[in-house]
Amino acid sequence: MASIDKDSLTNTFFVAIVVCLVCSVVVSGVAVALKPQQLLNKELDQKQNILRAAGMLDEGAVVAPDGRSVDELFSEFTVHVVDLNTGQFIADRDPSSFDPIKSAKDPAQSTKLSNDEDIATLRRRENASIVYIKRAEGKLDKLVIPVRGYGLWGTLFGYLALDSDLQTISGLGFYQHKETPGLGGEVDNPKWKRSWPGVTLFDASGSADVRLVKRRSNSTSAVASREVDALSGATFTTRGVQNLVNFWTGELGFGPLIHRLKASNG
Amino acid sequence: MEHFLSIFVRAVFIENMALTFFLGMCTFIAISKKISTAIGLGVAVVVVLAITVPVNNLIFNHLLREGALAWAGFPEVDLSFLGYLSYIGVIAAMVQILEMVLDRYVPVLYNALGVFLPLITVNCAILGASLIMVEQDQTFGESVVYGLGAGVGWALAITALAGVREKLKYSDVPDGLRGLGITFISVGLLSLCFMSFGGIDI
Amino acid sequence: MTQQRDVLVDPIFNNNPITLQVLGICSALAVTISMTQTLVMCLAVIFVTTASSLVISLVRNRLPTNIRIIVQMTIIASLVIVVDQVLQAVAYDISKSLSVFVGLIITNCIVLGRAEAYAMQNGPWLSALDGFGNAIGYSLILIGVALVREPLGAGTLMGYEIFTPVSNGGWYHTNGMLLLSPSAFFIIGLFIWAIRSWKKDQVEAPEYEIAANVQYREVM
Repeated sequence: MASIDKDSLTNTFFVAIVVCLVCSVVVSGVAVALKPQQLLNKELDQKQNILRAAGMLDEGAVVAPDGRSVDELFSEFTVHVVDLNTGQFIADRDPSSFDPIKSAKDPAQSTKLSNDEDIATLRRRENASIVYIKRAEGKLDKLVIPVRGYGLWGTLFGYLALDSDLQTISGLGFYQHKETPGLGGEVDNPKWKRSWPGVTLFDASGSADVRLVKRRSNSTSAVASREVDALSGATFTTRGVQNLVNFWTGELGFGPLIHRLKASNG
Repeated sequence: MEHFLSIFVRAVFIENMALTFFLGMCTFIAISKKISTAIGLGVAVVVVLAITVPVNNLIFNHLLREGALAWAGFPEVDLSFLGYLSYIGVIAAMVQILEMVLDRYVPVLYNALGVFLPLITVNCAILGASLIMVEQDQTFGESVVYGLGAGVGWALAITALAGVREKLKYSDVPDGLRGLGITFISVGLLSLCFMSFGGIDI
Repeated sequence: MTQQRDVLVDPIFNNNPITLQVLGICSALAVTISMTQTLVMCLAVIFVTTASSLVISLVRNRLPTNIRIIVQMTIIASLVIVVDQVLQAVAYDISKSLSVFVGLIITNCIVLGRAEAYAMQNGPWLSALDGFGNAIGYSLILIGVALVREPLGAGTLMGYEIFTPVSNGGWYHTNGMLLLSPSAFFIIGLFIWAIRSWKKDQVEAPEYEIAANVQYREVM
């Protein structure tokens, strides 16, 4: 051992190769062995986020109040890939291998938004996205759509759930954001989240117009049902949330799908 | 063009490596006693970041990410778990190569940066920028601008802190707080100032 | 035996990596916003520092000088990847909120600093103890910071509410600044002050002596 010249060229190469081999075997071994569990976690996390937005799972809970597991609850949903321009389902596309956020980066699968259209600061919008639909007795009961948009520090990602009339919000939840803790970060505040269910989405002319306001209008006025309390001290985040909800339920978002479902449901 | 400008400004001010992400803090605090050395280190960080972030972007997009090996006949392979290992390897190698190239062709700059170059390998701002680049899924062009911007932002921050510290040594600070303690508090105040850039959008 | 104890205990107060050696500050700031994240981060750092010191000490006699740093980095990076992968598999929520900070343990200067400064010269057992001691010293400061930030900033500890904040209908007005990262600097600065008031030998010598104010006497 001591007789080996540790700075010799052979030893340098020998050590380099041995270290590379040992490290890559260890790392790859761990990564391959744990991969299935990681994918499972990711899937479970996504399902929980969807269920929480739809109000079927309490914040922080992993089972529903009636004891059903996330998988059981989620099995009530059907997942569809939907063409955002036409609002039609694309039946031949497998939703489990389709990532709308990734496809928004690909010029072939997305549309560039002009500055006027791009209220949620997305730059490009994917041509197809995924929706989650829960049906009860053949009729649509809940529609959950993925939403995202720019806040103060970065993009907020979340899910918006609509009730069976496709007019009332049944919940909104963000699963990833970078807003200032304590101010914009209050988008995660359970109390504020509870102010979303029951809010009306569309105005009389049918365009999406939810407003986050400092002071609510008189409860008899037409806009009162479309208002949600703004977050104090978080002007940019509040504006971002308002814009992203209106964008994704509007004509450039899931509007065509919502109109189509409304017509076929009624 | 506007898009790139926006990325640059974001990287320098809004998402400043040192003062909003707190990366590269150890070097940031250890080597900010004098403005001249701070500028030297800042320049070295700009150079290394502007090279390593785009290189790591190429490695990630063409070797590591899921489906990136399709050209070699392995469309299913996902090597993204090797990310850390490759990035740090690239950084260590780049720093080494840069050191040799500078020594051979630009001895003036080499002498000026001398001691700081090897230190940069363990500067978390360098690895951090690569990790953030991957997280934001930047294109090659974006990563070039981002790397440069992140470096400039860091250099700006360390120069600012060195300026503050040069003045601080003339002030009467309580015994226990002198040196490191008051430096921490100054960095805290500086970074609160940088928070006011939040929300600026170009 | 005393040597072993010194190696283990010294880094905790006398030679703390954060407050005296200025190592490993980067990650100290971002993760201390919640106690749970802090604890996980500490465990990860303890594991990586101990294991890397041990491994590097074992191979120190074979390491060629010119590729020394790269080999050390490779070993550390591999250990960090293992930790990251395990976290993703068993504690997905936490690994998501720690995001890039687990990866940044690679460049946490404590790890490489101890490998280079101690493990390259000493036997495996002592090196492992040294790595462990330093990681504990680091963890103590982190936990201390988190202990201030989480309860006062959000009214919770480990995610459980201890003071009910006003936003949930309680009485506690949360201190929003403590949720912002800069507050960690203030807290660490004050910690340093506290430790140095207790351990006087750590006080730094002033670069300039301020002359006593004698002007008022002249005026008299």
